[in-house]
Amino acid sequence: MAQPYRYIGKATPRKDGLDIVTGESRFVDDLKFERLLHGVVVRSPHAHAMIKSIDSAGAKGLEGVRAVLTREDIPDFKYGNPRVFRLLDRKVRYVGDAVALIAAESEQIAREAAGLVAIDYHVLPAVFDDYEAMEPGAPQLYEEFPGNVLPLGDPFLGQKSMVEIRTGDVADGLSEADVIIAGKCGYDNLPNPMPMESPRVVASWGRGVEGRDCVTFWISNQAPYLMKVILGAILGANLDVRVFGGPCGGSFGSKLMSWQPMCYAALLSKNTGRPVKVVYSKEEHLGSFVLRPSSRLDIKVGMKKDGTVTAIAGDWLIGTGCYSQTTQAQVAVGCGEAMIALRCKNWSVKPKIVCTNRTASGIARGFGGQELKCALFPILSRGMEKLQIDPLDFMKKNFIKPGDGYLWRDAQWYDYRGISFTAMMDRGAEVFGWKQKWKGWLTPTSVEGAKRIGIGVGVHGNADVGEDVSEAYVRIDSNGSIVVHSCLQEHGTGQRSNGAKVVAEVLQTPLEWVSMTPADTMVNPFEFGPFGSRGTYVILGAIIRAAEDARSKLFEVAAPMLGCAASELDTADGYIWAKSAPKRRVRWQRALFQRTILGYGRFEPDYSLSNCLMSFVEVEVDTETGNLVLQRVVNATDVGQIIDPQGLAGQLCGCLGTAGIDSAIFEETILDSSTGRILNANMIDYKWRTSSEMPTIDNVVFQTPMPTHRFHAIGVGEIATAPGPSAVLMAASNAIGAWLDSYPVTPCKVLRALGKVGNAGNKQRAHTARKRGAGD
Amino acid sequence: MSRENIESRNEPVAGEKLIELRVNSQVYVLRVGRGPGELDPAHTLAFTLRETLGLTGTKVSCDKGACGGCTVLREAEAVLSCMLLTIECGGKEITTIEGLKDAKTGALDPLQQSFIDHSAFQCGYCTPGMIMSSKALLTANPSPAEEEIKEALSGNFCRCISQYQVVEAVKAVSGKKG
Ligand code: FES
Ligand code: FES
Repeated sequence: MAQPYRYIGKATPRKDGLDIVTGESRFVDDLKFERLLHGVVVRSPHAHAMIKSIDSAGAKGLEGVRAVLTREDIPDFKYGNPRVFRLLDRKVRYVGDAVALIAAESEQIAREAAGLVAIDYHVLPAVFDDYEAMEPGAPQLYEEFPGNVLPLGDPFLGQKSMVEIRTGDVADGLSEADVIIAGKCGYDNLPNPMPMESPRVVASWGRGVEGRDCVTFWISNQAPYLMKVILGAILGANLDVRVFGGPCGGSFGSKLMSWQPMCYAALLSKNTGRPVKVVYSKEEHLGSFVLRPSSRLDIKVGMKKDGTVTAIAGDWLIGTGCYSQTTQAQVAVGCGEAMIALRCKNWSVKPKIVCTNRTASGIARGFGGQELKCALFPILSRGMEKLQIDPLDFMKKNFIKPGDGYLWRDAQWYDYRGISFTAMMDRGAEVFGWKQKWKGWLTPTSVEGAKRIGIGVGVHGNADVGEDVSEAYVRIDSNGSIVVHSCLQEHGTGQRSNGAKVVAEVLQTPLEWVSMTPADTMVNPFEFGPFGSRGTYVILGAIIRAAEDARSKLFEVAAPMLGCAASELDTADGYIWAKSAPKRRVRWQRALFQRTILGYGRFEPDYSLSNCLMSFVEVEVDTETGNLVLQRVVNATDVGQIIDPQGLAGQLCGCLGTAGIDSAIFEETILDSSTGRILNANMIDYKWRTSSEMPTIDNVVFQTPMPTHRFHAIGVGEIATAPGPSAVLMAASNAIGAWLDSYPVTPCKVLRALGKVGNAGNKQRAHTARKRGAGD
Repeated sequence: MSRENIESRNEPVAGEKLIELRVNSQVYVLRVGRGPGELDPAHTLAFTLRETLGLTGTKVSCDKGACGGCTVLREAEAVLSCMLLTIECGGKEITTIEGLKDAKTGALDPLQQSFIDHSAFQCGYCTPGMIMSSKALLTANPSPAEEEIKEALSGNFCRCISQYQVVEAVKAVSGKKG
């Protein structure tokens, strides 16, 4: 089915590959600056407290310290949704909250100075559990949010945004059902996307090119242009904000929430007149940056014998920790994604966002949808079990098909214009061996002594593939070299190389002729960055249009030279000719004599398409030890057209880490529920998978041409993590013959489900679990 | 501080303590002290490589010996440069990712080329450490079995999950001279 392209679909080396393998890549911390200072944050040891006084004299007196800033020394910057969250406040709201900022000649001196800032706190009672936070008399985090409940809706998503899923009539739906399941489930283990490179930034406050005040940032996240917009909004209108995005050592969404470190560095730079670098230590990264939001569903589902879902009704509680920037948007997108995965006519799901005294929740791959579905599918499983429905059949039947539609993040209805994914799902099942291995609900595939094999399946789809606007220029210089102007930053997906690749394809040139501008907001047009699943359709879409525009403009110049209409021309390898007379050719250089061609491309949002990923997993559970081993994963997807096979394989294998499948097996953030301190905020205690523990992964990739894209492609990388966790829960339940309802499936939970251990050793956690309604 | 300044400081003044560090076949003489460009006894090898010598190819992620990102070679052995004090590294040849290319021809080490050919990275942050661990393995065992490759790389964190492609890249050059 693949098209005969010159580059598209073929493995081509990453443009930054040579730099990466030689150590020449310049990540933020590798850049050299004259007179650079190092900034650190003084953080609160208390989860909830009023700051009575701060004495920074000791810190200021330390040799090498250049600035100590507290709330009184800085403007009252606020951001977040709603915009009430202060950069430095009178009150601290989690262990690790920022209290003061220090700049010094070295990081060592700055950290030493941080220990010399004397802070007097009035400690307040704190609340860490989402349900307890809503109880009467619970500690209140913000005056603005009585009951610790945040407003829904995100103005960024348009006038109206999705604040609930409501269609049809759930009473009618429930009355049609053959079985009604009432259930609770949570995905609330708060895994951390944990990119290898922690958050970091350099800021330099000074005069810009025109003499106006200008602050320049060098960032390590994935969205320089978005950061320019956000920082512009925070810092005020009388200032130019310029952002450089170089190579980013992983983000997975999380580093989009970098306004605080950026402001810290900017203010310290303004105060000292020198560039300032802020680098979070790994402990700060794990303890004071963002986690996944928690998600708890309490719903009723109506289901028919044939797998039709007749109604879904109930409450969705989302924990955002101490503040929100994007949680409302995650709720809006998550609601839409639930509708894409489940063709149900009658919905009434009411989300509620609650804040607590713990680290903020933020963006992670799967943006809202993973959080919702990891709680939803285990409840649906109960209905499937009652009706003896194979989950693969259920997912095939219920995933969106042409002719269906859904409400998306802007609360608008979209008629689905995409393809059916059924054949791809069937092929995935065949490669996995689903038919042979599926023995029914709560039944292991095989048993050998204490070891039992179980299988599970999950599915995810996302209309973020066409999210937001993107713009690009493609410039052809007089010597024939091609420069793509895009604010696309490389964060691991290889999309910068793909940007060059699609341009070489449109203009039919060698790949080496095409280069990309640095992701510098000053020289590039509007482009928010590769988040959601927008890289392939949106960002490459704008670049492709810019290349096509450049191509037509080049033809207009060449047409008189060839004596025919521009529309009759063709080009390859720097020559232009009329299709009717290919022998008479004009070289690009002739057409480009003393001339630059500039093509412009713009992508308008399109939410009428979805991608799809189905993950099949096979686990082995030891009923003696409770240990779970992930043995095999099959990811099945249809990408329309592969752009780069190796890049795609890398993205799909990413299903394990970055708070993905492993968040169902061992990844979790463990909170000391008496102090609010994270107990495993380091890379030894926060578990991650090593190369000797990798399961077999097979990726089944279909290429059914998508109707919309110049090369018929659609992005899928972001959602690689999303279908897996609930599939693991299903597989583990089938293996041991008892329901597991809580993530991650630790040995203790397995043994408890088997009745082999009681709750005695784990009183606190059992207590918390009961409160949360997670039946573990 | 420029490389020349560091190198030229090889005539000890009375009472001065100097450490001779050999990195990528170059000799650096560092004065022990607390001033700029000097070697503080508390400096880790990772810090010295990156901050004093400007060899930023070596990456620091956890700074606590957990992630393998800072792996370099001490003689032929893979070591975590964030866990070694520079003052203990005198007299031993240290090789970093910058030193893997052929010094004379500038040609890439076959392992580096294989990483490019297999796109054995996503964000690339773990890659220098991955390559150095692989290099140590191949030096000790030029034809490792797949399990041996995985074992040798099990101390190298990669959050993007590029390990599958890394193993393929290492396999492709194993059994060959390099
Ligand atoms: S940085 Fe040295 S092991 Fe992590
Ligand atoms: S490629 Fe990103 S951490 Fe390995």
